[in-house]
Amino acid sequence: MVNRIRPAWLVATVTEVLPETATARRIVLDVPGWPGNDAGSHLDIRLTAPDGYQASRSYSIASYGPSSRVVLSVDDIPTGEVSPFLTHELRAGDQIEVHGPLGAYFVWRPAGFGSTTGPVQLIGGGSGIVPLYAIARAAADAGRMADFRLLTSVRSPEDQFFATELDALAAAGLRIDRVYTRAAPSGWPVAPGRLTRDSLAAVIPDAATIERSYVCGPTPFVEAVAGWLIDLGHSPGTIRTERFGG
Amino acid sequence: MSFITRGFSGAGRERDPRLPPGQTLVADWPVLSAGPTPDVSTDDWSFSVRTETGLTTWTWDELLALGVEDVTVDIHCVTHWTKLDMDWRGVPLDAIFENIETSADYVMVHSHGGYTTNVALDDLLGGKAWIANEAEGEPLEPEHGGPARLLVPALYFWKSAKWVRGLVMMDDDEPGFWEQNGYHMHGDPWTEERYW
Repeated sequence: MVNRIRPAWLVATVTEVLPETATARRIVLDVPGWPGNDAGSHLDIRLTAPDGYQASRSYSIASYGPSSRVVLSVDDIPTGEVSPFLTHELRAGDQIEVHGPLGAYFVWRPAGFGSTTGPVQLIGGGSGIVPLYAIARAAADAGRMADFRLLTSVRSPEDQFFATELDALAAAGLRIDRVYTRAAPSGWPVAPGRLTRDSLAAVIPDAATIERSYVCGPTPFVEAVAGWLIDLGHSPGTIRTERFGG
Repeated sequence: MSFITRGFSGAGRERDPRLPPGQTLVADWPVLSAGPTPDVSTDDWSFSVRTETGLTTWTWDELLALGVEDVTVDIHCVTHWTKLDMDWRGVPLDAIFENIETSADYVMVHSHGGYTTNVALDDLLGGKAWIANEAEGEPLEPEHGGPARLLVPALYFWKSAKWVRGLVMMDDDEPGFWEQNGYHMHGDPWTEERYW
């Protein structure tokens, strides 16, 4: 077993807060001492109130690599405690505590342990795109984009996280299949609707040709998609999942 | 060396003393798994314990015949949620180990789907762990580990392996799945043994 000694919490300074969608914000942090992170990993954020009360939550990281610049994209959960603060209150110059990177399984590395040599399918529902965007970006930077395909499912085009960046990856050759569940762009060839087993089967390659799949999103989305992948002949060991929320 | 976060007041003024540090109460029951939910039937289900001398195996009915207990416990997930006062039913590990002779101090828990997690035997005996088949009065749902999962409420919940199928006794504490992927060998929520 590898043992690493890391400081428990690092002080991150917010350098930018940008609109991601109508309800989500992109948060750019500078984290001195950050050891870098693999594409797909996450971190913990800890907030402290004046009376000492603390709240901690985990968030996927949209950036990867050795830089101390760490990018998050956080959707507002109105009933939540931490995400409303991050999306409505946090601004450039603020400091928060972070711990990480965390998770060494739902990650992709260009070489060595955790890497792949064959085709990889990424499937993201809603904000589940965040770690998958990091993986797609890492694959593109490693010259491996031809092996990767991305399927995104969002309510409408306005709900797409990293819309501009994904369009750029698509223009550079990344195969992206898009599912709109509530509202599609004008002229879109199919009516809006949820992903189904059949529509999934129609756009992803045969199970035998996929070395690994990464599925991330809300629990019902991940449960459904992972189950369909197995129905379609994917070996459970090839499917890595990350579930958001309850 | 925490500092006050500008603009943060927090929602949880009344902090329940049963909540370990860094945890937040939830009313629902989140699902966290590294892979797909396996489809495990009780028809051909078995549970086994492998020791230095051999293998002991129970069918579903044989295991339940060891006697089930009803327990109400709090569960703590490393992803910062805690669920209080959950009603569970299951076979205590004490009943299972009445049939087992071993000098090994550690256990590797194995699950359908390939998941593993390591636990010290001391953390499983003395009324501290169960093979649980019901939660909140219902058969355990597949996404929550059904038909049966390990239940070790004193440790972070990744130690409570879903879809459990057996235990392998070990002389030394070897890391399981999440323990190889960044999580703590022991996992005590009260001392925040979350990560390496």
